[in-house]
Formats: sequence, structure tokens, C-alpha cells
Amino acid sequence: MSGVHVSTTVNGDAVEFVCPPGETLLDVLRNRLGLIGAKEGCGTGDCGACSVTVDDQLVCSCLVLGAEVEGRAVGTVEGLSTNGELHPLQQQFIDNAALQCGICTPGFLVAAKALLDHNPSPSEEEIRYALAGNLCRCTGYDKIVRAVGSAAKDLAKEAKKSSKKKAK
Amino acid sequence: MAEAFDTSYTDQEFKVIGSRERRPDGLDKVTGRARYGADATAPGQLVGLILRSPHAHAKIKKIDTSKAEKLPGVKAVLTSADLPDLTNGNRGNFDILENCMARDRALYDGHAVAAVAAIDMETAKQALKLIKVTYKKLPHVTDVDEAMKDGAPIVHPHIKAADDQSKSTNLVNASTFGHGDTEAGFEQADFIVEESFKTEQTHQGYIEPHACLATVGADGQGELWVTTQGHFTFRSVCADLLGMDIAKLKVTSSEIGGGFGGKTHVWIEPVALALSRKTNLPVKMTMTRDEVFRATGPTASTSMDIKIGATKDGRITAATAHIRYQDGAFPGIWGMLGAMTAFACYDLENVQAVGYDVLVNRPKVAAYRAPSAPMAAFGVESCMDLMAEKVGMTPVDFRLKNAAKEGTKASYGPTYGPIGIGATLEAVKNHPHMRARLGKNQGRGMACGFWFNFGGQTCVDLNISTDGTVNLTVGTVDVGGARASMGMIAAEELGIPYEDIKVTVGDTNSLGHNDTTEGSRGTFSSGMATIFAARNAVEELRARAAQTWDIPLEDVGWEDGQAMPLGVKHNNLHPLSLKEIAKASPRTGGPIAGHNEVVADGAGVSFASHICDVEVDPETGSTKILRYTVVQDAGKAINPDYVEGQMQGAAAQGIGWALNEEYIYGADGRLENPGFLDYRIPVCSDLPMIDTQILEIPNPNHPYGIRGVGETSIVPPLAAIASAVSNAVGVRMTHTPMSPPRILKAVNEAKT
Amino acid sequence: MLEVQVSGSLRTAVSGAASIKVEAATIRELMNYLIAHYPAMQSRIDEGVAVSINGNIFRDNWSETIPEDAEVFLMPRLAGG
Repeated sequence: MSGVHVSTTVNGDAVEFVCPPGETLLDVLRNRLGLIGAKEGCGTGDCGACSVTVDDQLVCSCLVLGAEVEGRAVGTVEGLSTNGELHPLQQQFIDNAALQCGICTPGFLVAAKALLDHNPSPSEEEIRYALAGNLCRCTGYDKIVRAVGSAAKDLAKEAKKSSKKKAK
Repeated sequence: MAEAFDTSYTDQEFKVIGSRERRPDGLDKVTGRARYGADATAPGQLVGLILRSPHAHAKIKKIDTSKAEKLPGVKAVLTSADLPDLTNGNRGNFDILENCMARDRALYDGHAVAAVAAIDMETAKQALKLIKVTYKKLPHVTDVDEAMKDGAPIVHPHIKAADDQSKSTNLVNASTFGHGDTEAGFEQADFIVEESFKTEQTHQGYIEPHACLATVGADGQGELWVTTQGHFTFRSVCADLLGMDIAKLKVTSSEIGGGFGGKTHVWIEPVALALSRKTNLPVKMTMTRDEVFRATGPTASTSMDIKIGATKDGRITAATAHIRYQDGAFPGIWGMLGAMTAFACYDLENVQAVGYDVLVNRPKVAAYRAPSAPMAAFGVESCMDLMAEKVGMTPVDFRLKNAAKEGTKASYGPTYGPIGIGATLEAVKNHPHMRARLGKNQGRGMACGFWFNFGGQTCVDLNISTDGTVNLTVGTVDVGGARASMGMIAAEELGIPYEDIKVTVGDTNSLGHNDTTEGSRGTFSSGMATIFAARNAVEELRARAAQTWDIPLEDVGWEDGQAMPLGVKHNNLHPLSLKEIAKASPRTGGPIAGHNEVVADGAGVSFASHICDVEVDPETGSTKILRYTVVQDAGKAINPDYVEGQMQGAAAQGIGWALNEEYIYGADGRLENPGFLDYRIPVCSDLPMIDTQILEIPNPNHPYGIRGVGETSIVPPLAAIASAVSNAVGVRMTHTPMSPPRILKAVNEAKT
Repeated sequence: MLEVQVSGSLRTAVSGAASIKVEAATIRELMNYLIAHYPAMQSRIDEGVAVSINGNIFRDNWSETIPEDAEVFLMPRLAGG
């Protein structure tokens, strides 16, 4: 088996691995890097449970080859919290009971963060369409949408606070 | 033990119950730390993979595994020859065995015929390609009505016709329920509604595929890490099939990524264990999404005829239903369940429901949330609307007039105690949703649903640490957040903060048998056991206080987490908190614990009523859900967040079932859409917010009045949406899913 | 003396009777009576049965008492999802 040597960053950390050319980023993350947050729900890019970001763009990691992230920046659910503090999205998901079995939750968190990074104050419709690539079978999406909306407000408050600090 | 504790409703005031506490496993699940079925690894593990039949029905003449066995990296190849029949005449277990691995015939597209264990996925895939199976194709049948016809291909020749033991048949059983004289009843009717309906096959659609890690040692002892709704049940079944001692197979339930009934049965687990036994190495096995659709347990597809007769003042005089359910390739009780639930919402003098269980060449049907009830409700509730129209009453009023109540003889036999259907209908009648205005191409529908709730064997262990924090170990799998409710119940009973309690689901070594999480029994059963375990612990805490104070036990009370000396003569004594008693426990008798095994039973029944508004695009036939309201009786909502979640999630599954989801079989008997692209479940942009109203009519058979809530709300959506769509397009819809092509076809046919 | 209604599919095991008279104070006593008088019930009980007492369905707790004059139904064992 000939392997491809890949140097990349995952959640801000420099990472190197060797993988077969046909191996997906999802399998690399889960089986080589021990990052089991991303899940294989379908293997064909239809469920979004494997959602990660590559250079801040939302992708299904089951449709990306491990070799493709050479020199890029990969973001997974494991990178959402910083210094032990939960990201507002994570906190709001817990507070709003936006998860039941939780299998889709990592994918939703990554997708929701990607949405809020590009659109900090989305409408309910914009939230729903941005998350249409992530399947949830337990919740009916109601509490997920509420959680994302509340997290957007939290982030807006934080941004206001820090810009006030800067102004001082 | 259970007998010492009374299960009847106590009507107490609550301090913790009813609040919206944060679930203990939430942190792990939002950080990616939580470990599901595919998230375990073991040193030296092999990859297990299954070879599946590409034919709907075929004789397996020969399986040549020699080339596969020789492939470097392949450690074992397995066929049914490695799985001898140890079932001892137990037909149910034999069917499970044959479903896990075909014996002399492949019975459906996707039926397992062989398996391999290899050092990696690449090698395993190659090995499968090297296995040569010689099939002789046989005629197949996939449609339930076709399977009942004379001359249809027979799935199991050993199943004989009830009236002619020499003739093989696909009709396993016809179950009849009801009472009275329906013929006379129809004579008395001023109006008759008679209609036929069909529902296509759907899958539970859990996002996590089946996965397990099996390790069997040379001594025959084993361990199984698995995503399951019932690790104790899996243990018994696997041990039985493989001839292992039950106590020597340790099964650990991983976090479960959705089940809804589909993970109450084994599919790949006995095969993984058998491969591990053959190789003496751990074997990890995961299913692809394709395999999940083709070879696990979807729900039945049905074909039914419903007839209702009523007088002009709106009283139903007779009702009959003939509902044909396909069980897949192995017998089940799905037709029977359908017949039992069909008319359960109503007070009927003359009623007869017949449920047919029919075999076809499709995967073995498994339970899917209130199994068999949604289909029967689709037919019956649609007819209720048609009759309401004839009689000139609103759908709600017509149902109120005929609703079952305490003292009604249920259509499935027993007489009802206090039940909630009237209350849910009244709540719907008064709900603002009913008064919202409808526009062009929009329609409103409503429907009721019924489901049984079950109890079952349950075991709970409660241990108090010396710092006063508590470990609560439950054995009933937590599918949706029940851990929070268990912690809240223990906090309520002990009188300590919710944050001081850690709840875990124990493995099969830690507790006695716990039944599967099904039948909406999770919170009801585990909750009951937790209450009694906590009360058990409180008795011990009081005893320690009595000992410390040197006073009789009867003089010690327990309030707000403290032992209280009772009576004026003990005025000099200060209360002892749980923390203080726990700290002293090493010197007062050792660790303080509470334990309970209970067979929580007599759970009572559950009702829900839904309202739905839709808009149908007349050009495309596409349906948009505008507004959806769920009203359900929960008895007592321990944590309202999660009760709402169950109601919303069940409704969403019903919406998918009603509008888009179906198994599409080709003429060759192969499943054409085994993936989420073409098996279309609702996505975020398909749905609006789902409004919920929780009614709390206490269950007299539970100390807190808890009723099961998980299943009932999947029952009304098919009919509620069918009525809404029918009202929007002006044509009665009789076939689910009501996908755009079906709606356009129905509308066009009505025009001609 | 209890009058036990037998659900449709179980009637073949009790010689076709729709209801039978039984002396039993608990579900266990009822089951023992059935096995003693209707040997065909043994295999049906092994497959799984449930008993409804005054509208409440019991699947497992055979110690459950059956009040005198209770309405009792014998049904196949049901399960959910």
C-alpha cells in the first residue's frame, strides 16, 4: 500500500499523517487522529453527520479525501470550545434541549458555526436552509433552530462587549 | 423489593420534578466526546463485513469460500455452517438466527449469506468479492396483496393455511378483535363510509447505523460493545444463539444514535461475536447506510379496507377494518397490533377489526414507534373525517361525540379506566390553531392516535459517596435524555440538589436484567425503580441517624435532604444532612445504598390529537407544512423539555411518513432507494416550529402519575396530514406517502 | 371465580372458547390453571402472553393480584418500538 503524506492543521494544531490515497477525511479524523466527533451516518454526503470545515468552508468529510487537506485548516466539533469554555452554540444546544440522542449534534454545531461565521444574524428561514444538509431524526428541528437563534444573540452581545472594550 | 412499595399515584407536591434541568450527558454530546457504537476500538481488532444476497428470493446451492480464506489478511470466513441451530425448537429464535445469516435460501435483497473478518476494510471488501455463492433464483413477491393471492411465491413453505394444512401460504395469521353485531349496526346507519387505503414501507431512519465491537476469548467468555435499545435483551439473544452462558457475555450499551424500535433486535451482533469466536480477536462491525435500509427492520407496508356507519345525529353504529400488513420474510405480530389499535380511540357498540400478517420477500419487519398503529389510524381517521362531512359535523365534534371514555369497552377487548382522549380533543377544539385563517391552496386536518404504554423488568442501583454525592446506575437504555429525569427523580426523593447526582447506564455485569427501552417504558419504569431505590436509601439514612442519635427509627423523619428528629423529647437534637450522614458512614455501617428491582407494569394507555395546516402547490403537487400542533397526555412531565422533544420528534417522523418516505422496490424485487438521498426524510427547511401542549392527567399506576410519551405522537400525523392535503386539493388522499406525483395523479384523476 | 376473556388468536389453544371460568387470585395462578387444563397454552405462554386486568395490561408481573369480579383479558404479548 502506498500512502500519501499529509501535513495540515486540525483545530489550530499542526498535524501530520500518512493515509491511502482513497481514504476519506472522515476516516482519517476518526481512525488515525482519534477525533470521533464526526460520525458516518451515510457515507454519501446526504446526512451531514460528518460535517467539518476546511478553510472555513462547510463540507461533508465523507466526500473529502484525506489527501485533499494538505496545507489547509480543518475545523471539527472538538475545536469549538476554547480553554474549557463551551462555545455559545454548545451551551445553547444544552440549554434548549436541542439534542436527544445527540448523534447529529456535532455535525449541526459545525454547520451552525459555519452559518454564524458568515451570517451573524440569520432569520429563522435562513437558519433552516443553512442547516438543511444536516439530518436529525429525533427532534423535529424545532429546538435546534431556537438554539442557533439564541446563540446568534449571545455572539452578538459578546461582539458588542469586546468592541466596547476596544473603543476604551 | 417491589411488593413493599406501592405503585399507586401519590399526588405529592414537587420541588424538582417539572423543571427543565440540564441533562448530564449533554456536555459529552456537544463536544464530540460521547462514544456511540462505532466509536470503540480494541487492540488487534479485525474488520467484520457481511456478504449480502443481491436476489429477492433464491436457493443457495453452494458457497465457495476457499479463495477468500486464502487472501492474506483474512482471519476468518463464516457462513451458516458456523452457526449451528441451538434454538431447541424455539421458532422465534430460529427466525432471528436465519435472519442474521441465511441458511438454505436468501429471502430478501440484502439477506446476509456470509461474513469475513480481516485486518482492514480494504482486505475485507476484497475477501467478499472472492466468495463465490451459487444461487438459483426463485420467484419472489414484495407486495402484501399479491402475496395473499393463490399461486403467489411462498416465502416459508412450513407455514400452512389455517383451513387446509396441506397448503402452504404467506398468510401467517388473521387476528380478529371486536364485539357486537356489525351487520346489524350497519343496518341502523343513515350514512355509510367505505374506503380502501395503502401505506408504503418506511424505515425508522436513525442517523446512526448499527455498529458493534465483539470480543470472544478462547474460554468462551465475551464482551460486546453495541448501540442498542436493550443490552440485556441483546445479551440473552446472542448467548442463546451462540450457546454461551448469559452471565459470561458482558454487553455494554454505547450511547445510542437513535433507535425508535429498530435497535430492539439483533442484526449483525451474533455474526460479529461468531467471527470473534472463530478468530479469538476483537471484531468491529459497522453497517453502511445501504445495509441499514436493505437488511435491518423497517416497518410494514399495508393495504386496508375500512367501513363506518353512523346515524344522522353523528353516532357511529358500526365500524369494520380489514388491514393487511406485510411482516417481511419472517412472521410477526404487526397485523395483530394494527387490528387492536385501529378503533381504540372510540366508544363503539359494534366493531370488528381484522389484522392480517403476511410474508413477502422483504427484510424482517421490526417495531417502529407505536408499531402498526399509524397505518391503521391513517385509514380509520380518514374515514372519520369523511363521515363527519356526511353527517355535517366538524371533525373534532364528531370525534368528541364518539370518543372512548372511562367505562368504554375498548375495541381490542378490555374496559378503559380513566383515559385522556376526551381531554386532548377538547384541548384541540379550543386551541388557537383551529381559528387561524387559511388561504388559497391551503387545508387543515386533525386526527387522534392511541398507543399502549408498557412497563417491564427494571433494576436500579443508588450509591451514596462519603461526600454526599450520589451515583445512580440504571439498566434501561437512555435513548433521548431520560438520564436527566432519573437524576431529577432521585433528587426529589432524597431532597438533595440535582447537581449532586450522577446517572449512568450500567453494563450487563452491573445489574440484573432490564427490559429493552421500548413501549414508551423508559421514564415510566426506570422512574419507578429510581423512586423505590431512593426510598430504600432514605430508610438506610434514617437508620444511620437513629443510630447516631441513639433513638428509635420511628422517631426519625426525612425532609429536604435531612434526617429530622421527631417529637418534642428530641428537641435538643439538630437535623443531620445527607452529607453529614454520608461522611460518617464508614463508622456507622459502611456504604449507604438503595437498590430496587421492579417489574413496572400496568402502565396504562396514551392518546394524542394533532392539528396540521398545509399548502399544496397545484402545479408541482409539493406540500408545505405551514403549522403543526401536538396535544398529548403525559400523566406527569418530569422534564417538560424532553417530553416536548418526544412529541415534536414523533410528529416529524409522521410528517415524513405521510409526505415523502417510502421503500421503492423494482420488478426484480430489489430495493431501489437504500440511501438518504432518495429515501427522503424531513430536513430542517421542510418543517415549521412544532407547537406542543402537554396535558397532565395522572396515571393512577405510578407514584408520580407518569405515563409513557415516546410513541403516541407518531400515530396521528398520517391522517392529520392526509386530511389537510385532501382539504387543500379537494380530493381525498388514500395512499401514503402523499408525494408530489401521487397528489398530482389524484387531482388529475378527479378532474376526469 | 373469574371469567377470563380469551383474545381471538389465543382461542385455538383453549379449544375455541371465547371465555373460560378460572379460579385464580394472581396472574401466576391463572397461568398455572391454564397450563394444567389446556396443554396447548404452554407454547403460547412461552411465546408470550399478556393479561389485562380492569383495563391495565400486565406483561411480566405475574405476582399481580386479580381482584374478584375483575374484568380479565388474555392477550398475546405486545411490544412497542
